[in-house]
Amino acid sequence: MASKFTVSNGTGWLMAGPAVLLIAGFVILPFFLAFAFSFTNQRLISPNATEFVGLANYRQLLDVTTVTLEPVRDDAGAIVIKDGAPEYPSLRTLTRNNPDRPDLAGMREWFSFSLGGEDRTYVLARDVVFMTAVINTFIFVLIVAPVQAGVALGLALLINQRLRGINVFRAIYFMPVVVSIVVVSLLWRLIYDGQSGLLNNLLGAISFGMIPPVDWLGNPSTALGAIIAMSIWQAVGFHMVIWLSGLQTISPTLYEAAAIEGASKWQVFRYITWPGLRNTAVLILIVITMQAFGLFAQIDVMTNGGPLDSTQTIVFQAIERGYGKQDISGGSAISVILFVIVLSISLIQRWLTREKT
Amino acid sequence: MSMIAADNRGLRLVTRYAVLILIAIIFIFPLVFMLMSSLKPDQQLLQDSGNLRAFLPVGDISLQNYTDAFQRAPVATFVFNSVLVTGVTVALSLLLCSAAGFAFVFVRWKGRDTLLALLLATLILPFETIAIPLLMMVAHLPWVGFDGVSWGWLNSYRVQIIPFIADGLTVFLFVQYFKDLPGELIEAARVEGASWWQIYRKIVMPLSGPIFATAAILKFLVMYNQYLWPLMVTQEEGYRPVMVGLQYFFQLNVAWGEVMAYLSMITVPVLAFYLYLQKAFIASIASTGVKG
Repeated sequence: MASKFTVSNGTGWLMAGPAVLLIAGFVILPFFLAFAFSFTNQRLISPNATEFVGLANYRQLLDVTTVTLEPVRDDAGAIVIKDGAPEYPSLRTLTRNNPDRPDLAGMREWFSFSLGGEDRTYVLARDVVFMTAVINTFIFVLIVAPVQAGVALGLALLINQRLRGINVFRAIYFMPVVVSIVVVSLLWRLIYDGQSGLLNNLLGAISFGMIPPVDWLGNPSTALGAIIAMSIWQAVGFHMVIWLSGLQTISPTLYEAAAIEGASKWQVFRYITWPGLRNTAVLILIVITMQAFGLFAQIDVMTNGGPLDSTQTIVFQAIERGYGKQDISGGSAISVILFVIVLSISLIQRWLTREKT
Repeated sequence: MSMIAADNRGLRLVTRYAVLILIAIIFIFPLVFMLMSSLKPDQQLLQDSGNLRAFLPVGDISLQNYTDAFQRAPVATFVFNSVLVTGVTVALSLLLCSAAGFAFVFVRWKGRDTLLALLLATLILPFETIAIPLLMMVAHLPWVGFDGVSWGWLNSYRVQIIPFIADGLTVFLFVQYFKDLPGELIEAARVEGASWWQIYRKIVMPLSGPIFATAAILKFLVMYNQYLWPLMVTQEEGYRPVMVGLQYFFQLNVAWGEVMAYLSMITVPVLAFYLYLQKAFIASIASTGVKG
């Protein structure tokens, strides 16, 4: 329909212009500014001129190195045992004012391991908290993406049956999605409470007091898990609805044919439902992954990154620096790192789930 | 035989409903807990959360927490700010994004395909990755007001509205919807001499009720529930929306009864709105899924 009547440069720019300009100014420009700021020492408010610092911000965040140390020996040459384990020289002698190792100055121990033998290898990072944040974020995404997608599919299949009143259940399962994550996080703070929390009381009741109360958010080994469970609870209805719309695109005649052929429920799912949901599955996986990497509000409301940095995340770190410490350049560098991670993962996901020809 | 078959079917039906109800309880209990707790004094609230009374309006029930919440924080200001920011953003977003969608689908102009591709590319950009540079940007932007030029947008309504009016997803939803409208109709109207404004107003808008509803609902949810951005750009309580206003209730020791009352006040209207327009809400989320 290449009619001359629909050609109009003026109208096109007039109508699309405002939205395009706003997106260019408030989405695309900040994106490039993130790159630009990350190579400077820009602060939110500073009396000093901004300087170009090259890769210093990235080095500060990502610098990781290893040192292998021999155990301490006494005068006789025997290994000194302290608290049942060999003693190693203090790392501080290397990382503080050591003229032989200027490259290690200011670094801290992240973790250490031993590959048999007597020596112990220490992994040092310049920013241990950021490293922890990266690991936590990956744990969060790696658990939330498959579990949330799976539970949402289960709920969608459950809701997709013909039953009286099924719409009421669909409405209820979806309800947490419309509630702000801030409100949800606060409610769950009380549910997870270590003393009088609902969860502890429930577990105590069904186990007849066998399960002792846990301070879910105050314990480094359970805090991230508690936030994961709550995040899935809040968002699973969203993806249930997307699965449902995928289910409804599958032609009913396929199911009728399967019924005539006498296919089992599993066969129907395996050979009709699942292949019909391929595109939906790819989309859901990408959307959940992107949302999960943005983990911030739950942390800010529930734990502030603690206890012992066990719930630090990439975005929480970006905000803590960029906004909390007004270090725009550091926050921008984290933003760029996050963007690179999200982009590479969605490209990998697209490649892995590509249409095989 | 037929008796047994009927029994079996009955039993299966009962188990199905039992499963559905059990899951429903999992999704609804924190909200019931919130509402019931908002009616109880702090001490009873914490005692009750040890048993089923947590979900029942029993004991010393009153609206005292609500009154106290209003006294502790400028609740009315927060609500007004949220309603203003959300309302204005949704209205402007519908106007500008639908106009852009219209131009991308029905009008032919230079640069159209390039710009559309650019807008779609922004869909892979999570807001969190641009929040910090955007903060820096708005802290230094100029504004022309009645008393001349001022610098910096922090602590204002505009800083909460303008960056969120247009976004790739909303434009894209309009584009997808408009593509399914009969293009011949628009062309014919042009041949007849109708202006673009007439076509937009008289032909496209009347056919596009569902997509306007979808875009409005999605924008409403995003804007009303905003937290990270207003947290960073509004230090003055006069401009803070409801979600950031929550921080008022955490000074010194937490008064959980008041917190629950405040949470109920800012959540129940949205829930009521949702339950009333349930089908439209769910349809709008579902439509974001057809973009693959």
